[in-house]
Amino acid sequence: MKHTISVLVENEFGVLARVSGLFSGRGFNIESLSVAPTLDPDTSRMTIVTRGDDRILEQITKQLNKLISTIKVVDFTDEEYVERELALIKVTAEADLRAEVLRIVDIFRAKVVDVTPKSYTVEMTGAPAKIDAVLTLLTPMGIKEVVRSGPVVIGRGSKGVAG
Amino acid sequence: MKLTGSQILLESLRLEGVETVFGYPGGAVINIYDDLYDSPIKHILTRHEQAAVHAADGYARTTGEVGVVIATSGPGATNTVTGIATAYMDSIPMVIITGQVPTALIGNDAFQEADICGITRPCTKHNFLVQDLRDLPRMIKEAFFIARTGRPGPVLIDLPKDIQVASMKFSYPETVKMRGYKPTLEGDARQIGKAAQMLLKAKRPVLYVGGGASLADVDPELLALVEMLQVPVTTTLMAMAAFPAKHPLALGMLGMHGTYFANMSVTECDLLVAIGARFDDRVTGRIDAFAKKAKIIQFDIDPSSIHKIVRVDLPVVGDLKAVLTTLHAQLKELPQDVAQHVEQTSVWRKEIDGWKAKHPMGYTHSEAVIKPQYVIEKLSELSAEDAIITTEVGQHQMWTAQFFKFRQPRTFLTSGGLGTMGYGLPAALGAQVAFPGRQVIDISGDGSFQMNSQELATLVQYRLPVKIAILNNNYLGMVRQWQQLFFDKRYSQTRMELPIDFVKLAEAYGATGLTTDKVGDVESVIKRAFEIDGPVLMEFKVCREENVIPMVPAGKGIHEMVLAS
Repeated sequence: MKHTISVLVENEFGVLARVSGLFSGRGFNIESLSVAPTLDPDTSRMTIVTRGDDRILEQITKQLNKLISTIKVVDFTDEEYVERELALIKVTAEADLRAEVLRIVDIFRAKVVDVTPKSYTVEMTGAPAKIDAVLTLLTPMGIKEVVRSGPVVIGRGSKGVAG
Repeated sequence: MKLTGSQILLESLRLEGVETVFGYPGGAVINIYDDLYDSPIKHILTRHEQAAVHAADGYARTTGEVGVVIATSGPGATNTVTGIATAYMDSIPMVIITGQVPTALIGNDAFQEADICGITRPCTKHNFLVQDLRDLPRMIKEAFFIARTGRPGPVLIDLPKDIQVASMKFSYPETVKMRGYKPTLEGDARQIGKAAQMLLKAKRPVLYVGGGASLADVDPELLALVEMLQVPVTTTLMAMAAFPAKHPLALGMLGMHGTYFANMSVTECDLLVAIGARFDDRVTGRIDAFAKKAKIIQFDIDPSSIHKIVRVDLPVVGDLKAVLTTLHAQLKELPQDVAQHVEQTSVWRKEIDGWKAKHPMGYTHSEAVIKPQYVIEKLSELSAEDAIITTEVGQHQMWTAQFFKFRQPRTFLTSGGLGTMGYGLPAALGAQVAFPGRQVIDISGDGSFQMNSQELATLVQYRLPVKIAILNNNYLGMVRQWQQLFFDKRYSQTRMELPIDFVKLAEAYGATGLTTDKVGDVESVIKRAFEIDGPVLMEFKVCREENVIPMVPAGKGIHEMVLAS
């Protein structure tokens, strides 16, 4: 089962390697990981998407908590949360297909951020499934390049991860 | 007054109560060694950095203090890795200080540069690269705090050369403040209350005691609990000295080479109480056959040990000393229930006595050839009450666990988790430094001994009267045993063909060497070694193809023991 975990860590030397090394060293799966400092420059927040059964997830959260640099771990799976991912998609847009690409971009409320005679670069924000959907529709047009940020999540309402 | 980074390091060590460090100098720590020249801190120069770490480990295991190591950058640092991993697997408190190339050169593939923080990240509890001198006092304070609290472990501080020579006004922090590290100490009293009730209700309980009990020094609490409830105790390799081997309720070791009665007790019990034990695969055998009739209670300081291998019915996270004290106090309030428990479990104890009578721990003695088990029995018999025993890894290690009658806590030093050959001699060295007046014995095999035999030089240099007993079978015995049993006796690369003259080897270093292949001489050799005031190497040429039994073959349940070879 897929789990999305937020990890608040001390923003210090080697902390990303500690977390990623823990996943590889213990054979845990890591689907995506995004990280950036929080409002407090001494802490960073990671969003990790991983897969595993309950036993594995229990170990993942316990092992993350065990790291000295970890301040807080929240598994959002059973929580109400908002999830967003950013994708930049460079898609072939020539002659008769230029209008069709624009229509798809419009339907998904994405936007074109760079234009050349032969391509559009599209910026798309949404839940990962929505990005998957736009990619499916754009694939027949010819996707030259795609880059995804991996999702970030935040709890709905008062649910938070503040250190 | 301003101090340099290296002076700050040594002053901080002194403030942490460090009296002895183990290490090896080199270019990237030459400033530290220069300051050490005038320091009250005693330094033991081993002949290899791995040995320095094992020695600090032995020092830590016997004293309960944090062991401290200094090594240089690059190869000095990488040589410490096996020692650090050994300590990490067995949760030994240690601080390792490595020199590093100057900060400006880090990442340039400079001479003797290695990313030791990167290399040791998975085998330390935590590590630090000092990038600014102002961080150094705090990092040392945190390193010692992390090493000795919670589930203990090794912490590495990587100290670049330019930071060792930079200077600033020194003050040592009095407290640590870490948002991410707050070990749970007190166990939850309600959970402990539930554990007490489960214990009282049990008809066939067993305590399964592990290394955590040794580390937490709970031997008095454990003994009090056992005697109050009359509950049988089995110990893991890491806890052999945490409970007296001759106690009538002692079942000895469980697991792959455990006693018949310990393994049967665990298989047949209705309540298993894990105390600082982590359900290692060498203990459990096939996991779905392990204690399957039992409810399981687990007491542990480390939350990640709970439910890691087996699902437990009642976890209690906390310091074992606090938890067992509370448990004992709660049970003391219920004298009638305790009396009732002792009565209702008498059938169970009789059943266990039946297993003990049916398959006692033993071996077939011979007058023609020295049995390795016989040597260990004699060492057990002739050694001092408070003797400290270390081992290497292999058959001799298992025989020591099986046949040495441990009497006092913190007297058995062995690499349980990582299984590091070459551990025993330097660990004995460290133990002897900690306790110059006690008997320290390294029980070894001929294979393991040669992994760190250079430390004979350190023993002689510092007049450390360690006694070494090599059970020489000219084989890598444990691997040979597996090859015999599971690989059709194809002894691939396990014959140690070259017969080493161990007596001459000892003498070359200035130690005493004794050897025998006669059963009748075993006792006199041991007695003579114990009388000599200095390091002695005893070589016993033993029965070459003796096997360690009982043995649970890999993939089998622990009740499926092979009882004869």
